[in-house]
Amino acid sequence: MPALRIENLRKSYGAMPVLKGIDLSVEQGDVVAVIGRSGSGKSTMLRCINGLEPFESGSIEVAGHKVSTATPALRDLRKEVGMVFQSYNLFPHLSVSENITLAPRVVLKLPASEMAGLVKDVLGRVGLAEKANAYPDELSGGQQQRVAIARSLAMKPKVMLFDEVTSALDPELTGEVLKTIAELAKAGMTMVLVTHEMGFARRVATHTVFMNEGRVWEQGPSEQIFADPQTPELKSFVAPDLK
Amino acid sequence: MIQSFGWQSVQFLMMGLLWTVGLSVMTFISGGVLGLAFAVGRSLGPRWLKFIIASYIQLVQATPLLILLFLCFYGLSFLGLYFPPFAAAVISLTIYATAFLADIWRGCIESIPRTQWEAADALALSGPQKLRYVILPQALRIAQGPTVGFMVQIVKNTSVTALIGFVELTRAGQLLNNVTFQPFHVFMTVAAMYFLVCFPLSWWSEKLKERKSAGAAH
Amino acid sequence: MTFGPVMSRLPELLAGALDTLVLSGQSIAIGLAIGLGVALARVNGPRWADIAGSIYVEAFRNTPLLVQLFLLFFALPFAGLRLSANQAAVIAISLNLGAYSTEIFRAGLLAIPKTQIEAGLALGMSRFQVMRYVVIVPALRIIYPALTGQLTLTLLGTSLVSAISATDLTLAGSMIESQTFRSLETFIFVAIIYIAMTFAFRLLYWAIGLWLFRRRVHTGDAATGMMLIPGRAEP
Repeated sequence: MPALRIENLRKSYGAMPVLKGIDLSVEQGDVVAVIGRSGSGKSTMLRCINGLEPFESGSIEVAGHKVSTATPALRDLRKEVGMVFQSYNLFPHLSVSENITLAPRVVLKLPASEMAGLVKDVLGRVGLAEKANAYPDELSGGQQQRVAIARSLAMKPKVMLFDEVTSALDPELTGEVLKTIAELAKAGMTMVLVTHEMGFARRVATHTVFMNEGRVWEQGPSEQIFADPQTPELKSFVAPDLK
Repeated sequence: MIQSFGWQSVQFLMMGLLWTVGLSVMTFISGGVLGLAFAVGRSLGPRWLKFIIASYIQLVQATPLLILLFLCFYGLSFLGLYFPPFAAAVISLTIYATAFLADIWRGCIESIPRTQWEAADALALSGPQKLRYVILPQALRIAQGPTVGFMVQIVKNTSVTALIGFVELTRAGQLLNNVTFQPFHVFMTVAAMYFLVCFPLSWWSEKLKERKSAGAAH
Repeated sequence: MTFGPVMSRLPELLAGALDTLVLSGQSIAIGLAIGLGVALARVNGPRWADIAGSIYVEAFRNTPLLVQLFLLFFALPFAGLRLSANQAAVIAISLNLGAYSTEIFRAGLLAIPKTQIEAGLALGMSRFQVMRYVVIVPALRIIYPALTGQLTLTLLGTSLVSAISATDLTLAGSMIESQTFRSLETFIFVAIIYIAMTFAFRLLYWAIGLWLFRRRVHTGDAATGMMLIPGRAEP
């Protein structure tokens, strides 16, 4: 069973159609990069997957859950689907370890005794073990984003969604975040990343989806997409990055 | 008999000041409790509740406090029971404070960026959990400066209760003036006493507001 | 409750409302002029002007309007200046509004980034021209909600002048009340008229905002005028 299946997804903002019939299938262990121009609908599609955006028609099934508007079902889904945002969205009034342990404690109801180990584990995976007691405003953008990733990981998700997570970072800080994501990919996490980082998509993603004007314009194995784009739109989109 | 303005006069005014402070604190507590309930109800309640609370706030904010005071004062005696001016003062100031505090605190809740709500959603937190762990802690922090700022307004507005005969600082000044015929001394002292209470609060409020905006985080 | 006796005296209430409007209008005109002047002096002027301005502002913002009224009306005659109740009312409210609006105007002036002013100067504009074309209108737009909220507070604050028997709506109400003994009914009417005036004015401010800024701007309610709501004082 695919980790994520989207069928004929349609969404409009008022009278303006944004997603015009998306079909997408992601298997477990796949790392899918979603690329495209601003306004192509990539972030919107991603946000539909965990229910942050409602949609009019079509269906989405992720980690065995169907996406609907019913709140209890949605919360169950979100326990297994993690999301990392462009603006990190760490909780400023909580320390790093409190940010990480909040949802495991109150949503998954994990016992307090497990928390220390959990924090050590996820912070270790993102390379920030020593920052457990720091507060978000003491960290750089790249560090905050890695904490955000750790926070999502603490819920032990089956699928992780990344919404342009390096776009708000200074170039020097992007590298550390991409490295962390690459390691997660190697460890077998199923991921969907909306990203502008073409080089990263080509190297790390197993598949790449090119979106244009609210549709999936081209998709396939990453190497093939970048080396041999078929449609003129994709050709001009990746042209500057041909290496 | 005309008394001269002396130390005894100042002591008399200080009694009034005590009542001013007492009334202010009571207003803040009662207005605060109701205001918080209204603020949460207005931000997060069902639509009919939002409408009722919003209407209440708009109507109270469009009425002079003095008129609210008169309405309470005469309204209470209309109910047939005798209430001393103190009761009318507390009730009308509470109605007033509730409307403003509810508005201020709702503003604080709504100034929390959408992205915080989304992050909490993405972590599968429930509605009450979101409020308790993520939104309200942050809103309460942002609310500190404005809330202290409104306390200054409350203290000044207690002066209006003098006009229904409640003996707080301003009324004490009026009474003293009638006996000493030294309005300059009397009311300058009264003004100075208000200033001594309000200025530190104003200053503290500004400090709290500055601290909030400097420490803005994601 | 019988509204009859009050209804028959509606013309008096409306005359009182007119008095309130006139008083408000005068005080707003003078008060805003004072506020803008002091704000400009505080932001652009020498340090002593800034300090003097801040003393004025803090003195008037940390003492009640009622006490300011009493000082002007009861204490000033001892210094040789006897004002009528209406005169004292206008002056007190103007000075009070002046203090609050100084801070609002200051916030607006300070909100325009230095870079805007530098760009204007670099284009060869004089300081005055830069103020006029680059600073004042955008600053006004930023503070419009807080400013209109403060004007609402001023309108409602005029009710206090009845305490020194200056003519206004509240005084008219008090007189009717003392003669008809229909206290509750009288003040319900008075409240309705104040509420109507407040909403009418906010509509007016909204229309002015539309005309001045060619764009929809929020107008402030009383709480916005106190500049206590984070984010609300911006358009």
